[in-house]
Amino acid sequence: MIWIDLFLTFLKIGAFTFGGGYAMLPLIQSEVERHGWLTQAELVDFMAVSESTPGPLAINMATFIGIRTGGIFGAVCATLGVVLPSFVIILIVAKFYEKFRKSRAVDGVMYGLRPAVIGLIGAAFLSVGMTVFFPGGFQTSAFGTASIWVSVGIFALGAVLAFKKLHPIAIIGISAVIGIIAGYALGL
Amino acid sequence: MIPWGDLMNINLDLFLTFMKIGAFTFGGGYAMIPLIQREVCDNKRWLNEDDILEVVAISESTPGPVAINAATFVGRRTSGTFGAVCATLGVVLPSFIIISAISFVLKAFQESKAVQYAFMGIRAGVLALILKAVYTMFMATKKHAVSYVIMAAALVLTAFLKIDAVFVIIGCAIFGLIWSLIFRREKRDDMD
Repeated sequence: MIWIDLFLTFLKIGAFTFGGGYAMLPLIQSEVERHGWLTQAELVDFMAVSESTPGPLAINMATFIGIRTGGIFGAVCATLGVVLPSFVIILIVAKFYEKFRKSRAVDGVMYGLRPAVIGLIGAAFLSVGMTVFFPGGFQTSAFGTASIWVSVGIFALGAVLAFKKLHPIAIIGISAVIGIIAGYALGL
Repeated sequence: MIPWGDLMNINLDLFLTFMKIGAFTFGGGYAMIPLIQREVCDNKRWLNEDDILEVVAISESTPGPVAINAATFVGRRTSGTFGAVCATLGVVLPSFIIISAISFVLKAFQESKAVQYAFMGIRAGVLALILKAVYTMFMATKKHAVSYVIMAAALVLTAFLKIDAVFVIIGCAIFGLIWSLIFRREKRDDMD
């Protein structure tokens, strides 16, 4: 049953994401791949749309994947799932805030989790990179195509602009325009 | 005891305030904190500046989207569990409606050549944004031998050995806990 599956999957994603937003990407990636709900490329597209529309990235992604796989009710199930763990945990933690803040156990767990999240997003970067540069799987012949060099160029420009602190929406907009111009000009 | 009418007003106010916050934050998470601060501290005076720092600290060390953590926390502080429900519902609703609408529009245009070219470009742009996110988080974290080892282990386990991210997270949490209890005595002394 797709609705229960969406709810439980996003419940798991909500319960294991620390830091929100991009930290969620590796979890969504492995779940979506396992269920065969989306291709990697579609996931990256959804991420771009989620980044360019208002609201939390996590909610946008959950709604998007839910609606695509199970319609409006699927979106309700996925969103409810991703929200519920935070909601319940905050209600509990808010009650015992002082104890929680001073807890050695929480401190120890976070000592392990903070660097882990960075490693996980690093892994997501590598696998999204493979999808972007080698959409048909890795082949050395891909280096002879124009599309890989368009992607490399946009990525390089995007990275420079991101490090110059240009707003993500502006970077997505610029990438889209270059994609359209290069696509038509080179007949990709 | 607060009269019933006032209680409903607070809850409605929480719902509408967080709906506004949800509708006007792009990227979510930490981008939302300044907006919450302005609405919740300066305009509504539900919480003070210290409470906002508390919200951020708790959001960092609990799972789930930062926006949901913050909405639930503020709602509960202001008006109990039902307040938490109202605030959380409010912050979620704009996203939900906007994304549902966009999803249908996108589906209608996804066969178009121009849309496909645009997304070809956008994917490369998103890759750059992910790189920036990793870099920002890397610069913000405390760097020492153990954190480098955990970072590298998490990367290799997920990217190359294809271990499920959930297991990597559980493993790193347990490792951090055990390591801290055995080797990080000075930290413990600070806290006691």
